[in-house]
Amino acid sequence: MTETATETRSVVIERELPHAPEKIWRALTQPHLIAEWLMTNDFQPVAGHGFKLSADWGAVDCTVLDVEEPRTLSYTWQAMGLESIVTWTLTPTPNGTRLRMEQAGFRPDQTQAYNGAKFGWQRFLANLEELLEREA
Amino acid sequence: MYLMPQPHDILFKTLADPTRRAIFERLCRDGDQTVAALTARAGVSQPAVSKHLGILKAAGLVRDRHQGRQTHYSAQLDALAPLTDWTDRMTRFWERRFDALEDLLKRMDQ
Repeated sequence: MTETATETRSVVIERELPHAPEKIWRALTQPHLIAEWLMTNDFQPVAGHGFKLSADWGAVDCTVLDVEEPRTLSYTWQAMGLESIVTWTLTPTPNGTRLRMEQAGFRPDQTQAYNGAKFGWQRFLANLEELLEREA
Repeated sequence: MYLMPQPHDILFKTLADPTRRAIFERLCRDGDQTVAALTARAGVSQPAVSKHLGILKAAGLVRDRHQGRQTHYSAQLDALAPLTDWTDRMTRFWERRFDALEDLLKRMDQ
């Protein structure tokens, strides 16, 4: 394992879809379509654009990083004190597109950093971890 | 609808209150406690402590056990698991979003 792999964690979902990249691109970048499968939003496919994904439980703050139609789209994803980067990659295949989503950049210590400064979470979870170690 | 963040949300809301968090920490550190024992060190009234314990119980963070006229409370550390298996939760979240995206793509054909 490389050093990077041990320092960060990521989530990868990959699926073969029987649709053209251009069509999937629309679903990933047009606000009314994004709302159908992800969340309501004020997305714009422009690097540097800040947008919000909203649901009944709260919101995710995002900033567009990279837009290469119809191949790559990435944005930051900040929710509940955790910041990560979501990258969509569209690769044409004979029958459609391989769609890959990687959400990367969680450091292991981030799971302890939820709203750390605001609510004293870091100290709280550090205490807790100490207790769990003692119990083990 | 979005299964992923709700357990987080409840835990955050429950433990965001400093008094409530202190009560929970004490139960983690010192094991079972009665309401009276917790009140003696909480710096708030017994009804206030009882109210905090009720909220902690609703979130699954504590369990109560009746013994005679006393109620003993204990911390349920398993309830904190949603805070620690973040990547598992995000994987489930995105799998569902991909399902929804596939449904949408099918509808876009029509």
